[in-house]
Amino acid sequence: MSKCHVTATINGDEVEYLCEPEETLLDVLRDQLFLTGSKEGCGSGDCGACSVMLDGRLVCACLVLGAEAQGRKVETIEGMAHGETLHPLQEKFLEHAALQCGVCTPGVLVAAKALLDRNPDPTETEVRYWLAGNLCRCTGYDKIIRAVMDTAAEMRGN
Amino acid sequence: MARVVLTGNLAKLADGEAELDLDVSSVRQLLRVLGDRHPRLKPHLEKGLAVAINGTIYQEAWLEAIPPDGEVFLMPQIGGG
Amino acid sequence: MAPMDGGGHDLKWVGKRPVRPDGVDKVTGRARFGADYNMAGQLVGRVLRSPHAHAVIKSIDTSAAEKVPGVKAVITRDDIPDQPPEPVTVGEMSVNFSDLIRNVLAREKVLYDGHAVAAVAATSAKAAREALKLIKVDYQPLPHVLDVEEAMRPDAPVLHDNLFTEGADPPADKPSNIAKRIEFTLGDVAVGFEQAEVVLERSYKTEPVHQGYIEPHACVASVTEDGQGELWCSTQGHFVVRAICARMIGMDISALRVTASEIGGGFGGKTVVYLEPLALALSKKAGHPVKMVMTRSEVFRATGPTSGATIRVKIGATKDGRITAGEAEMAYLAGAFPGSPVNPGCMCAFAPYDLENVWVVGYDVVSNRPKVAAYRAPGAPISEYAVESLIDEVADEIGMDPIDFRLKNAAKQGTHAAYGPKFGPIGMIDTLKAIKESEHYNTPLGPNQGRGVGSGFWFNIGGETCVSLNISEDGTATLMAGTPDIGGSRATLSQMAAEELGIDYDKVRPIIGDTSSLGYTFLTGGSRVTFSSGMATVQAAQEVIKELCARAAKIWDIPAEAVTWEDGEARPAGDNAGKFDPLSLEELAASAGKTGGPITGYASINAQGAGPGFGTHLVDVEVDKETGRVTVLRYTVAQDAGKAIHPSYVEGQYQGGAVQGIGWALNEEYIYGDDGLMQNPGFLDYRMPVASDVPMVDTVIVEVPNPNHPYGVRGVGETPIVPPLGAIANAVSHAVGVRMHELPMSPPKVLEAVGGAANGAGD
Repeated sequence: MSKCHVTATINGDEVEYLCEPEETLLDVLRDQLFLTGSKEGCGSGDCGACSVMLDGRLVCACLVLGAEAQGRKVETIEGMAHGETLHPLQEKFLEHAALQCGVCTPGVLVAAKALLDRNPDPTETEVRYWLAGNLCRCTGYDKIIRAVMDTAAEMRGN
Repeated sequence: MARVVLTGNLAKLADGEAELDLDVSSVRQLLRVLGDRHPRLKPHLEKGLAVAINGTIYQEAWLEAIPPDGEVFLMPQIGGG
Repeated sequence: MAPMDGGGHDLKWVGKRPVRPDGVDKVTGRARFGADYNMAGQLVGRVLRSPHAHAVIKSIDTSAAEKVPGVKAVITRDDIPDQPPEPVTVGEMSVNFSDLIRNVLAREKVLYDGHAVAAVAATSAKAAREALKLIKVDYQPLPHVLDVEEAMRPDAPVLHDNLFTEGADPPADKPSNIAKRIEFTLGDVAVGFEQAEVVLERSYKTEPVHQGYIEPHACVASVTEDGQGELWCSTQGHFVVRAICARMIGMDISALRVTASEIGGGFGGKTVVYLEPLALALSKKAGHPVKMVMTRSEVFRATGPTSGATIRVKIGATKDGRITAGEAEMAYLAGAFPGSPVNPGCMCAFAPYDLENVWVVGYDVVSNRPKVAAYRAPGAPISEYAVESLIDEVADEIGMDPIDFRLKNAAKQGTHAAYGPKFGPIGMIDTLKAIKESEHYNTPLGPNQGRGVGSGFWFNIGGETCVSLNISEDGTATLMAGTPDIGGSRATLSQMAAEELGIDYDKVRPIIGDTSSLGYTFLTGGSRVTFSSGMATVQAAQEVIKELCARAAKIWDIPAEAVTWEDGEARPAGDNAGKFDPLSLEELAASAGKTGGPITGYASINAQGAGPGFGTHLVDVEVDKETGRVTVLRYTVAQDAGKAIHPSYVEGQYQGGAVQGIGWALNEEYIYGDDGLMQNPGFLDYRMPVASDVPMVDTVIVEVPNPNHPYGVRGVGETPIVPPLGAIANAVSHAVGVRMHELPMSPPKVLEAVGGAANGAGD
């Protein structure tokens, strides 16, 4: 079978690529576009390390086919900071030491941003359930939850 | 004389002699004396061993000094995760 | 002299919470982990794995696979030379290469589901997959054994015909699955139990659990025609990888350059090799670089985990709360090859306590499971879970508060550890007191809730370590360490370097050097990095300072001894005090070329005198008696850090360890079918804690300085996973009113325990 020709908008830029029909969006991002910030921890949608936004919806890039991105908007961790300015979540993760090894961090940040975009004032329980799809084995989640709550408060202007 | 205690399976290899008083001033010397005294111990003294001198654990430290009245424990080497 | 905390010296960086040097790379996706490296012209490597738990490999036919277009190399047992079954010293480790080679690529038999049998390298993943399907392996299946007690039976299927129990008395005359018997004795337990007024004896069981790092194993290797090799991989110890791979592949150690990528969690599971020798062998055969990445299923089936075990514990105590004797007998699953952490399991079992009479026996048992790898304080959580459970039960029995009971028996400075030597200054009692005084401990519980306390001990280690510290022309510093940074050590090492040099933390740029850039450095493990690389960093900085003072002395034409280093500048001292303007690091660095050349420091040490770690955990749980679900409501950790260089990352270790412990205690386990195949090799069915499963984890950092470290550091990475299992078991038992003796306390088991109790009450 021949490859699929795909045009998609990735982090605001129009991108063209060819992919095998069975290739995942994660493979395309990592292996073809060299956007290796999204990680493959499981390949089955259980760990959330490959969390990206697809047309404004939080998805696991390992569960989306590369071909499915045709004509759609993809946002990855690489698009979160603007120029030299980090997103407030990125700043707070550093300030709170909300990462240890850091391999889950890109996925957690993308997911947390999706939460704050729709709910600027989440409770601790809401943050915990929203991030329940993002496994972290190092931190025990404590500092991640605190960093997200603190970011939300700061972005609300508290 | 240093008081030397063999822990774990080491005592068995020393024919049950778990505690000895030895006139040794370094770990290297201690291992040599022990190996000569108990040949079955010898291969075990060359690898996988930790030596506690007055409570401080040393690993792979032939040159560490043993004080004259030191309390020395030979025990399995410790790794970690 | 480096300043000791509490010596009146004002610490500017140590003990503060600066942003980690690798932080921005990690929040922007720039940081490169194992699977993020690529080499030009690289091939895709894939592994064929055993579909049997135990089988003889009669033949392997790779001819069809080799013909698949795009396939450049296929390797099997014939491509890696065998080595004798004798332990070989590799750095500080003793490695049995015969076993290691057989684990990396099966030879006579496959010994577990997922055991590697062959590997291919091809120009695409598709071609590699196609080739794997065409490799014909003729297996003769054999009966298998998974359970530790079954594996020890005389009629069990024997895995290795050449395995005779070491330490058996009388010596073993036929092979068995019991690789080793070990025994530790202190005092006389018979006498101790005589003195006891209460004696309790229980048996416990735990299941194998995986380290669960989120990043699967990954590497890319290149071996060139002149026999030089390059390897990038995710590992806790690239020097150890280098030594092992060089020997396996038949290279000079110095001909192989290994670079550690950023590492996405290890917890002990990345202290060994799996893919690395295969990638090197494939690359050598194919003449191209080869990249290999495991799937999650491969990670579960073929790497880690740590042991499951059965443990019998017997404790005797007087009614006023003094333990008179402790006895334990434990059998640890090693997986397919010998080497479970039963040794430290035995040594740690009673280590938190000051006992006169201890007798501990351990067995190392092989079975048809993946070979275990280290997992955070290897062996200790298992044996201490059993002991902490029984300690709690004894406290209940004599009607004593569980913390008071522990306080009465706690190890302290001068205590002879159950494994022999005397402890120096330690913080066991301090952690118990911190928990006892906590608001948490003094808050009442609701219905169906229970509270548990557990303490824990881990040795911590030092070891061979190199660090270089180069002063740049502008007076900034580059720090190179050989210990991969998993949890923030680049920050802590930079803090210590900045503190010593008297410059800003931001002026120190740390990196992890490859194996060709530094002398041999033992791996990141044993909670040794902040201790050992910290000690080496301080030493390298002292060397730099000495040189800086010498340069200033030359410039001033005074003796070097007449110069002191303070606040980042050389000052004339003694008779010369005030005679010259101080020279800053910046000024001395700028003129370094004119005063003798670049200013560098290098430390090559074997760090000794690691400080033992003690911790006490407190947990509240609520049990839903209809579903058997246990909810962790509240959690507090108190642990002795010696000195917290970066308190946030110390807290992070405490919190992460506690939550890994929650998973171990409540949910995680390897599930096998009757066919010996693993049934839950994925994160959906191997259920690690997620954010909504756990509460915040409060922390108390106790600081009893380790006198053997310039800043008083003790390792903190491993101890936090020791107390949770016992603490949670005790909490669940108090919540349901019946003692549970098996982990994980998953809903079906809790329901069974609750149902059993209800039935019992009705009888």
